[in-house]
Order: sequence, then C-alpha cells, then structure tokens
Amino acid sequence: MSDLMTMRSATISVLVDNEAGVLARVTGLFSGRGYNIDSLTVAPVDADGAHSRINIVTTGTAMVIEQIKAQLDRLVPVHRVSDLTQEGPHVAREMALIKVIGTGEKRVEALRIADTFRARVVDTTTGSFVFELTGATEKLDAFIVLMQDLGLAEVSRTGVAALARGVRTI
Amino acid sequence: MSAEAPQSGAEILLRALKEQGVEVIFGYPGGAVLPIYDAIFNQNSIRHVLVRQEGGAVHAAEGYARSTGKVGVVLVTSGPGATNAVTGLCDALMDSIPIVCLTGQVPTHLIGNDAFQEADTTGITRPATKHNYLVKRPEDLARVVHEAFYVARSGRPGPVVIDLPKDIVINPAPYNEPAAQHKSYRPRTEPDLGQIAKAVAILKQAKRPMIYAGGGVINSGPEASALLTKFARATGFPITNTLMGLGAYPASDPQFLGMLGMHGTYEANLAMHGCDALLAVGARFDDRVTGRLNAFSQGSRKIHIDIDGSSINKNVPVEVPVVADAGKALAALIAAWDADDAKVDAPALAAWWRQIDTWREKDSLKFTQDMTPGAVIKPQYAVQRLYEIARARGQEVYITTEVGQHQMWAAQHFKFEQPNRWMTSGGLGTMGYGLPAAMGVQIAHPDALVVDIAGEASILMNIQEMGTLSQYKLPVKVFILNNEYMGMVRQWQELLHGGRYSESYSAALPDFVKLADAFHATGMRATSIEQLDDVINAMLDCPTAVIADIAVDQKENCFPMIPSGAAHNEMILGPEHESSGAIITDAGMALV
Repeated sequence: MSDLMTMRSATISVLVDNEAGVLARVTGLFSGRGYNIDSLTVAPVDADGAHSRINIVTTGTAMVIEQIKAQLDRLVPVHRVSDLTQEGPHVAREMALIKVIGTGEKRVEALRIADTFRARVVDTTTGSFVFELTGATEKLDAFIVLMQDLGLAEVSRTGVAALARGVRTI
Repeated sequence: MSAEAPQSGAEILLRALKEQGVEVIFGYPGGAVLPIYDAIFNQNSIRHVLVRQEGGAVHAAEGYARSTGKVGVVLVTSGPGATNAVTGLCDALMDSIPIVCLTGQVPTHLIGNDAFQEADTTGITRPATKHNYLVKRPEDLARVVHEAFYVARSGRPGPVVIDLPKDIVINPAPYNEPAAQHKSYRPRTEPDLGQIAKAVAILKQAKRPMIYAGGGVINSGPEASALLTKFARATGFPITNTLMGLGAYPASDPQFLGMLGMHGTYEANLAMHGCDALLAVGARFDDRVTGRLNAFSQGSRKIHIDIDGSSINKNVPVEVPVVADAGKALAALIAAWDADDAKVDAPALAAWWRQIDTWREKDSLKFTQDMTPGAVIKPQYAVQRLYEIARARGQEVYITTEVGQHQMWAAQHFKFEQPNRWMTSGGLGTMGYGLPAAMGVQIAHPDALVVDIAGEASILMNIQEMGTLSQYKLPVKVFILNNEYMGMVRQWQELLHGGRYSESYSAALPDFVKLADAFHATGMRATSIEQLDDVINAMLDCPTAVIADIAVDQKENCFPMIPSGAAHNEMILGPEHESSGAIITDAGMALV
C-alpha cells in the first residue's frame, strides 16, 4: 500500500463541452471533496468553441489522484480525462507577467537576469519593467525568486497548459 | 407541423415527459411554474400529486422510483420551491435514485437581478445532483428533457434538475428530438471478461469466501437480484447485504448472514473480517460498512463490481476492479464460473461454514420480550410482530423508514425476500424520508400494504404529508416506535457522551391519535404488550391511512454496534450477551 500513500504531483487535462457551469462543476468537485488545485487553466480549444480544455495541476496520493480522475470522468459534460504525468512524457508551459520597480544598479541587474532567462520586456518606464516569461513552472519560480531583491512588485501567472509529447492526443 | 398551432414550452415539456413514459408527477405550484400547471390542467395522461411541502415531493418521487425502477418526477417552483427540494436531491444522489426534478425559474431577463422568488438553482443544486440544466433557449427544451431522463437512469442513477425560466415555458418552442447518442456521457455497463476470469480464479481458490452485495444490485433491476441468488447458490458462499441492498438476496435463505456494518449481525461482520476472498457487488465500502478502514477485512483478496468507477479504490484498495452493471457482471460471472473446471475447496468451505455457524449461535439480534400483561413493548418485538402478521396475511408489503434506531431495528427484524420492497434513506440519513416515500410507493402500488416504520421524532419532520395521504386516499400505515427520544442520538449520548442527554428528549409530543384524526386518518395506540397484536391487526385491516403510536421501551439500544473508529471484530453486543469487545476511543468519538 505504501506506493498508494506516496504524494505526487499530477498534471491532468480534461476535455469538456464548452457549456455554462462546466468549470464550476470541476472546481466544485475539487473543493467539495477536499482535493488540491495547484494551478488551473481553461479555454475553448476548437474553431467552433464546442469544447474546452481544462488543465489542472494537483497534488495527492496515488489513491487520491485516481479518485480525482474517476470523479472527473463521471461528470456528464466530460469527454476525456488524461493524466499527462502518468501517461508518458509531456510538455507543460506557463506564462507570467512580472512587474519589477527599481532604478540604478538593481534595474540593470534585473534586465541582465531577464536576458539570461529569455524574458521579454513588454512594458517599460524609467522606473519599471514588465517582463513576459514563458516556460516550465520551475523556471518561472526561479526567475521570480531572483527578482525579489531587485524590486519585484507584482506577478500575474496563467497556470499550466500541457500536451502529451509525440503523436498521442487526449 | 406547420399547420398546427405552435406549442408553448410548457406543452412541449409535457409532450417530452409523456414520451418518456411519465405517469405521475409529485409537485407543488408557484408563480414561476404556473404555465406548466396550466398545461397539466389541460391534459389527462399525466397525473399530478400535490404534496404539502416540496421536500416531500422529492422523497415521494424517490419512493416511487425505488419501488418501481422507473424515474421519479418532481415539479416545484422557483426560489423556496427549489431550495426545499435540495435535501431530497442530496438524498437521491447519495442513494443513487433516478429523479428528474423540474424547477421553475424567474424569466431569463430577470435572472441575476435578485427577482422575487429567485434563487441560483443550478448553482445550489450542482453538488446535490448528478447533473443539472438551465434551459435558456426554447429549441433546447425537449432535448434537455430527454437527456435528463437518460442521465438520471443511466450508469449510476441519480437526480437531475432542469431549471425552467418562466418565459421558456410560456413562449412557443419547437419539439427537437434528442441525438441518438449522448455526446459525452456513455457509462460502461459491460464487464471486462479478463477481469471476470481473474475474479473466478480467486473465488475458486478461496477457503473463506464472502459475498457483499449492495443497492447497485437492486438498481440494476430485479433480474440482477435473481442472478445474485443464482450465483450465490452455485458457489455455496455466504452472503451479506448492505442496508441499501436488503431484498437483493432472500433473507430466509440459509446462505444469508443478514445485514453487515455498524448495526449488522455478528456473523456477517465477522465473516467480512475473517474472509480470504471478498466479492463486492454494487456496494461502495461506505464507512458504516467498513468500520475502521485499516482493520477492515485485512486478509482478503478483493473483487469489486461497480458501475461507478469512482467507487472503486475510493476507500478500500481492491485487487480486481470490474466497472460494469451489476446484472451484466453477475451474468458473466456465472458463465465463467460454470465454464471453469476448477472445483471449490469443499472441505475448506465446509470448515468456513462451521465457523460461521458458531458465530450465528451468538444470535446477535436476540432480545427478550416480557409477555406479562402490562409489560412494556420492546421495539424489536414490535417490528418482528409487524413482520410476522403482515407476512401471514400474504399481502404484497413495502416498507419505508425514517432515520434512527427504528430504521436499524426495521433493517434487522423485517425480512425481505425480494428487491424494491425496502425504501430507506441510507447515505444521507434523512429524518422525514419515510412518510413521503411511503406516499410515492402507495401511488405506484395502490393495492399493496405500505408501512412507514417511524420514530416519533423523525415523523414530525414531514408530518404535513398526512394531508396528501388524506387527499388521495392513500392507505399508508405509519407505525411509530415511540420511545420519546431521538433514540439514536440518545444511544450515542449514553455510550459516547457520559449519559448527558443533551436536547434528545422529544418533549411536548403531539397526541398522535388525535393528530391522525385531524388529518382524516385513523389513529391507534398500544402502550403495553397485550395490546400490540390487536393494534397491528387493526392497522392492517383499516382501509384508511393510519398512525399507530406504539409506546416502546425508552431505554432500549440498538445492538450489535460497531462504534465509530472500531473494527468489525470489536463490535458491542447487547445486554443479552455476556462479553462485548466494547472499545470506544476518543478518536472514534470524533467520527460521525
């Protein structure tokens, strides 16, 4: 049973009918049953807007992750549930906008680090930058930590979007 | 169609209901649903039963659904009509009862404006239903109704709400047929035969097998119960039923060990504890069944058949999961069992039965009734006599209950031979369920004997439905085991809270005989043992609804009992027994 009780992180993608209330069903399921949501993204993913893809990053024991998938799967508007973490390699990306306020050497250092991280400057004044950074969650976390001493003022993150690698689809 | 006058949404709604085979609606009118009541007024094929409170309507529809296998239908108005229905919806969700509940809603242009009798019904009922709909376009109406019935009865059944804004039911609507197949909801019902083969291999090797069957067998239809019986007899294995599953296997059969769980029999619980192979069919390892999880049936290889994949490995990890309809899985199991040449370990099985028989000798449901005239009636004896007298009359009997001690005594002492005869609030534990549920059963089975075995506290929670019984001349018998306490609360306070009977005395009770009279029913009372049979016979002879107020021993507790946080082999036996493994820990007291 010990493997069932080990905590793990899971990136789960859910293909749903793009109808009113479907996001509330999913988030209500998580809050009602006491599951964690580390990050959640949702948007329509086809031309006619019929389907949306919800990407959820969650943490739990293997038993809880299996429960989450089974509970999602039985929601009426859900077409497919895919545990990207378990089903094979996948790519997961997140985007963040990061505002850094400062002058002088700190401002120069912030720009230098942003360059190293390949963050783009999308807004600037003489006293501030807004950086746009895309990448894995860990990369964004690392950048934000570095900015803390350099005038980090505000962060807006999108949450994770993810797809399986190779030819596999949801 | 073009030559015909366009039909209103309400007429389209009724047309779709008729196509679904709906014969009866339990409801209560109000402003937002008046156009629907107009359409009901103008037709004769669907009967409307007017309840006295919307909560009663949902329980009545549950009783109707559980006793017939059909979808129960409810119609209530917006706002308080819908919110009053919520308890019943939760109840149906927990017990997997197919219900379609139509709720009125303010007109679409007023939604979100805090209009009179507006409530966010889809928001409130989202976690209380299997699915819900807000119809915002007339062209969706007929499709949504058909889809709602499909969702309610398919897979693991449950309640579905359709919220109907007033303009949608007033304005003309087209009648659009639903798609042949639901676009996303297609639950699996056929078992994986590889898993069935694994199950048979485990069961054939078993030395101490056990079958644990629940409400999923009943939901699968009467043929599933017949298959369960066939399989149990083919194997010779012992079998227990959950509270929800009573009637899925004939109680009089020697292989039946009685109900299991918190108030289950000694032999059923110890067989669960000691078995080496456990076949769970349509049961969900609920906390009332398992007791302390880390001590639950530790030595068994487990097979779990359930139509709901989320029920599997939720509480108890199993070796062989089978996601399928119980009836289809049992049919496959029987076929695979017969085709397999391996023999069961007959000597081991015989030894297992000898062990079970020693547990049976405990007679864990035993009680002693003093038959001296004037002696106080034991509640168990009252249920036993009701059972014996009703059975002797050979009438078709349906039993509903409220929630508490009387419910457990009914489950222990009333024996069911067939499915769909026992209606009780298992998962949610809703006091006030039994009377309206009995009403729904009697509507579906006008000539049957329908008895609500009740407690004096629970019955007051939906006592207003006596008015409905009177209006429709429904001869439901309300059999109150009156101990003047919220008995199960009192029992827990005695056993777990140092005898501090905080707020559990049923003070200022009404005179139930006069209460029956006020509702145009017949009231009767038994206060001592010599009156009991006469009252039961008079009740069963009476052509009207009856309230029979049976004064029973106020101090009687319901045993056996596995206290919260205890294991199956730590059950407390009653005062009739010498020793009990009574262990109630502080951790257990904190559990529900």
